[in-house]
Amino acid sequence: MQFTSMILSNVEVSPGYWRMRMTAPQEFTEARPGQFVMVRVSGAIDPLLRRPFGVFDVGIHIPSHSGAAPQPYFEMLYRVVGKGTAMLSALHETDLLDVLGPLGKGFDLGEPGEEKLIVGGGVGLAPLYLLAKELVKNSPVRLFAGGRTRDDVLCITEFERLGVECYSATEDGSLGERGFVTKVLEQRLDQTANRGAMFACGPHGMLEAVAAIAAARGISCQVSLEGYMACGVGACLGCVAPGRNHSPETPDFRCVCAEGPVFEAGELKWGGAA
Amino acid sequence: MKPYMGVKIAGLDLRNPVMTASGTFGYGAEFAEYVNLETIGAFVTKGLSLKPRAGNPTPRIVETPGGMLNAIGLQNVGIDAFIEKKTPFLRSIDTPVFANFFGNTIDEYAELARRLDHVPEVAGLEVNISCPNVKQGGIVFGTDPACARDVVSACRAATRKPLIVKLSPNVTDIVAMARACEDAGADALSVINTLTGMAIDLKSRRPVLANVTGGLSGPAIKPVALRMVWQVARSVRIPVIGIGGIMTATDALEFILAGATAVQVGTASFINPGAAGDIAAGIEEWLAAHGVSDVNSLIGALEA
Repeated sequence: MQFTSMILSNVEVSPGYWRMRMTAPQEFTEARPGQFVMVRVSGAIDPLLRRPFGVFDVGIHIPSHSGAAPQPYFEMLYRVVGKGTAMLSALHETDLLDVLGPLGKGFDLGEPGEEKLIVGGGVGLAPLYLLAKELVKNSPVRLFAGGRTRDDVLCITEFERLGVECYSATEDGSLGERGFVTKVLEQRLDQTANRGAMFACGPHGMLEAVAAIAAARGISCQVSLEGYMACGVGACLGCVAPGRNHSPETPDFRCVCAEGPVFEAGELKWGGAA
Repeated sequence: MKPYMGVKIAGLDLRNPVMTASGTFGYGAEFAEYVNLETIGAFVTKGLSLKPRAGNPTPRIVETPGGMLNAIGLQNVGIDAFIEKKTPFLRSIDTPVFANFFGNTIDEYAELARRLDHVPEVAGLEVNISCPNVKQGGIVFGTDPACARDVVSACRAATRKPLIVKLSPNVTDIVAMARACEDAGADALSVINTLTGMAIDLKSRRPVLANVTGGLSGPAIKPVALRMVWQVARSVRIPVIGIGGIMTATDALEFILAGATAVQVGTASFINPGAAGDIAAGIEEWLAAHGVSDVNSLIGALEA
């Protein structure tokens, strides 16, 4: 759906990372974990295109003063990387934004009871909070969060509050283990006979490493991809990713926005650029 | 009184002059959830080829000031899958559909025109001549008047359906191209396709697009498109469809004044799926507010 959303709050939660809460229609609260929105950051022509953001959380705000109606909302967690996100970070409470969403296919929540391992890198944690919130209802959940420095490991407290056991790793060692988050993930997998399910979102290199770990151990793994996209609805074909059997002779491109952004890791072709 | 919005393109009656541009509206169904397809005059499919095409590696698109570059590489399902899988949806909507198509040789173009001629859901054809001719050293059909004449003649001989030719702006003399296509039997001309451009990432010292170059669209190209529509419209007798950076009803009306009988909305649909319908409604509103009873009276009504 397309709607005008009013900003309820817009807060820098870590240097360069912002969390925005915005009003949404009631139906939006049924968004599935892993779905995303396309936001028009300005009505002008620069920036021209909408920007895609994962849905961090959805909920209904119950006003403290009596009489006011409950307000459905959603949240985005975003990193300021360019002009569009810089403009977004400069917006305030009551400012309006044009939103398209929720879009795409979300995560499959898997079997109740089995352990769930969530792996996130940097702002890749954005779509994983709503996922964790759903998963903790039926399963034990562990989060493996990575980043370059401690500033890139976001919202761990919120995950802990859900009852998620959190592990972190940073490349400079400023938080958790020093090194890649996949190292911590492998350590954990070595210690248990876990055959639950894995869920990952983050830089492409991290996803590729997580997919390889999952494949080597026979664990099911879903990844959420990013892509340069103009439309978000499967028309521009800008955001494709190669499927498992893709080759120039047997084209098998998957549209990240319409067929994803969540894919079974085994459905995709890994290794090298598209 | 409600202004009259109908226009005639290549013998087809459109309810209003606003179409969607090829490559920006999929095969129609992609947008059905967001747009009432019966608010637009016509829509043009993604470009079709004889065989399915994989398209280019990614990154395929990048935003530039007031526009975007794309190098999708004409990814499409191919004519067979189009007929089998995409036409059932087209049957369900009461809006004329133009099938856009392209080939690597004149024979491929003719074959596609012949096959599309038999598809009842297709009201008309739009031929993309901005492709390299593999049999003639890769010269782009649409950049050489003789080449363009040959390819359009071959398509003309293969179909009785309305035939639109979409012109490339990447030429020295757009009027020569337009005249060649008119002489070869085109019923209308779409002006313009994207302008070839490039973006560079200073940090990596590499081109942003995997294909290095891409086609520029969006508001950034509007002045170039307006100029070309104006030049072409005063040089040919067949209708011209204006394309290039149309975001608003005002933009569309400017193209109509320059001589366009209809317009196509492209990049704007990515930003606002309902853009084409909104623009049609905006034109009607403007006509009513300015006491213009028929949109046709504005075609080429530029005072100069």
